[in-house]
Amino acid sequence: MSVRINISGEVLTAYLEGELDHHSAKDIREQIDNAIDRNAPSLLILDFRDLTFMDSSGIGLVMGRYRKMKEFKGEIHITNTSPQIYKVMKLSGLDRLARIDKGGNNSESAKRA
Amino acid sequence: MKAQNVLKMEILSRSSNESFARVSVAAFVSQLDPTIEEISDIKTAVSEAVTNCIVHAYKDGIGKIYITVKIFEGGTVSIKIRDTGCGIEDIHKAMEPLFTTAGGERAGLGFAVMQSFMDKVRVTSAVGRGTSVTMSKKISTQESIPASGKSEQTDGGK
Repeated sequence: MSVRINISGEVLTAYLEGELDHHSAKDIREQIDNAIDRNAPSLLILDFRDLTFMDSSGIGLVMGRYRKMKEFKGEIHITNTSPQIYKVMKLSGLDRLARIDKGGNNSESAKRA
Repeated sequence: MKAQNVLKMEILSRSSNESFARVSVAAFVSQLDPTIEEISDIKTAVSEAVTNCIVHAYKDGIGKIYITVKIFEGGTVSIKIRDTGCGIEDIHKAMEPLFTTAGGERAGLGFAVMQSFMDKVRVTSAVGRGTSVTMSKKISTQESIPASGKSEQTDGGK
């Protein structure tokens, strides 16, 4: 699990790659928070295009960053969520707090593994 | 009902095993030819149950997590995840969405995810002795194993 951070003006984009669970969440959280503290962005984009798995630990991570961005009156967007990840987010009600853009084609979930 | 196939494994409650546990269970279940969504659901539910053992049951140390997966005729999978940790005082409360005793950034959604992604979830627990979570899910097999001579295709009720 890794995160690549890109800063463009007031927009901080974090590209998450791999599997986000309780084991990997702590390190990823620290890296994103360090970048937020250094750059004070007005928008945090969490790009999940290369995130292959997420459980409710990821919800904790997004909620925590949502609260942190809110302190500076910043916003958070989540983009390129796979059907599996979107399902976990929807269950948590995160779709009511942050803008979530689905990526790819949801009909893919009907394909055989 | 007798299981057609069984996997039993025992792992230590180290967080680095979370990924191993869900991937191993998914690999075993893959013999039923599940959809990508079904496999994702199972991986997510297993991840939640195993994380609960690590974060809650063995919060003060390292213990053993016992995982048993059974495949039954017709394509139903049963997954039991058991620990011998601290146990749950109030199961009803523990299963409420957003309730957590862990603090930090735990969302309190573990059981909600398991209940939503699996067909059935049963939890038994004894304080000081451990907790057992048994979850089952019917896999929508493309070609069900012919039962009693019938050979028609089923769509798993979907």
